[in-house]
Amino acid sequence: MDAPRAIVIGCSAGGLSALEQLFAQLLPSLPQPIVVCCHTGSSTVDLMCELLARHSTLPVVEATERSTPLGGTIHVAPSGYHLLVEATGRFALSVDERVSFARPSIDVLFDSAAEAYGDALIGVVLTGANRDGAEGLACIRHHGGLAVVQDPGDAEAPTMPQAALELAGADHCLPLAAIGPLLNRLCLP
Amino acid sequence: MSPSAGQAPPVDHALEDIEVDLFVRALKLRHGYDFSQYAPASLKRRVLQLVHSQHTGTISGLTHRVLHEPAFLPEVLEGLSVPVSEMFRDPEVFRALREQVFPVLASYPQINIWQAGCAHGQEVYSLAILLEEAGLYERTQIYATDFNEAALRHAQEGIYPAREAQLWSRNYLAAGGSHTLADYYSARYELIKLDQRLRRHVIFANHNLVTDEVFCEAHLVLCRNVLIYFSDPLQDRTLALFRDSLVRGGYLCLGTRESLDFAPSAIDFTPVNSALRIYRLGSRSEGVD
Ligand SMILES: C[S@@+](CC[C@H](N)C(=O)[O-])C[C@H]1O[C@@H](n2cnc3c(N)ncnc32)[C@H](O)[C@@H]1O
Repeated sequence: MDAPRAIVIGCSAGGLSALEQLFAQLLPSLPQPIVVCCHTGSSTVDLMCELLARHSTLPVVEATERSTPLGGTIHVAPSGYHLLVEATGRFALSVDERVSFARPSIDVLFDSAAEAYGDALIGVVLTGANRDGAEGLACIRHHGGLAVVQDPGDAEAPTMPQAALELAGADHCLPLAAIGPLLNRLCLP
Repeated sequence: MSPSAGQAPPVDHALEDIEVDLFVRALKLRHGYDFSQYAPASLKRRVLQLVHSQHTGTISGLTHRVLHEPAFLPEVLEGLSVPVSEMFRDPEVFRALREQVFPVLASYPQINIWQAGCAHGQEVYSLAILLEEAGLYERTQIYATDFNEAALRHAQEGIYPAREAQLWSRNYLAAGGSHTLADYYSARYELIKLDQRLRRHVIFANHNLVTDEVFCEAHLVLCRNVLIYFSDPLQDRTLALFRDSLVRGGYLCLGTRESLDFAPSAIDFTPVNSALRIYRLGSRSEGVD
């Protein structure tokens, strides 16, 4: 794998507190953009961004249409839209049908990011109560990217990481507390 | 570390990209529908979904049918178009239209509204209801257009799954509706049908934003969540089309997450409510505000 150019993260039930813990551990000098798809019931992610920013070492913003993800910044998929990464590296949105009952869908983000970044991508699947993200993570691995999955035993909701392990496998399967340090190591060699 | 389950089929993505290109060319050369300037990532997803739903095995299989089976075209367009919508989606937008835009529209003797990319008509009926409640509907003409024939037919019928009614009713109230949504539809079995009197000032028409021209003089253009599917140049061209269709000081309303940062034509519009993506044609210096 080449030096990673981006990190994509997917989570659902229990995701907010998992992300809070994870983002508190990331080094502020991380040069890669981080893109997050977290299923939420609310109509905007304003509050989520605000809560995450309180714990995060890195700035947290909502991902905006047509923009290029910024290094060292956490971009959160807007509510109600699928978030995709184009081959140009820029964000795109769609309101296509829900995928596995979800919009934004983790699979949609991961698939497009895998095509855009090839093997220079790290995909992370955290806690969640559905199977979204498993196919996307398989796609990332298929492109030579690296797969990190939260240990289902450690996850608030084990279904999502379990499904990812079954369908895609993982290069690293770790408790949440170990994932931040791993990402720091992989991204700041 | 732990091994891959290794079940992902060996897809050659570079080859797929070539096939998408050829498919798009075939569609254009054979039928005149040009998707070459659509945002590639989501277009590819929809093409692959068609491969799946039509059991053509490969994208080339789809291309073959596009070339050799004229009757196949509507299904392809239906698959590539995304007629996904809601009544009063983003209620605060409809509230802003009611509170900030309608009072200005009220000063025109005849009001023309163009709803571009109307999908299954959910927003058309939403607008008609709000105009009715504002007492403006009798002098309004709505042009509801889409390039998906099947979607237009659906829009004309105004029949939707009853399970949507709950969300839409909530949206309607949040948008400032003054009755209950149920006053505007009848429910039967698992379906609701919108009051067809709401259609009396609507003309549904096939119009392709990529290839068709200006056809009306509009006071308001509503085009939400359509330009997100267009690449920068096509988004810009379409904005120019809206500009040329609008009267001076006319309003443009886009989807709440759309960005005009890469569209030079955006300079012709002044934000009225930037968070909700409501604009007015003309610059501030021209006294439009
Ligand atoms: C996601 S829907 C938007 C529905 C509604 N405005 C909303 O926001 O809820 C997008 C619509 O745009 C239409 N569309 C896409 N490309 C078009 C084109 N070139 N010309 C006209 N309509 C188009 C599609 O057929 C689809 O019905």
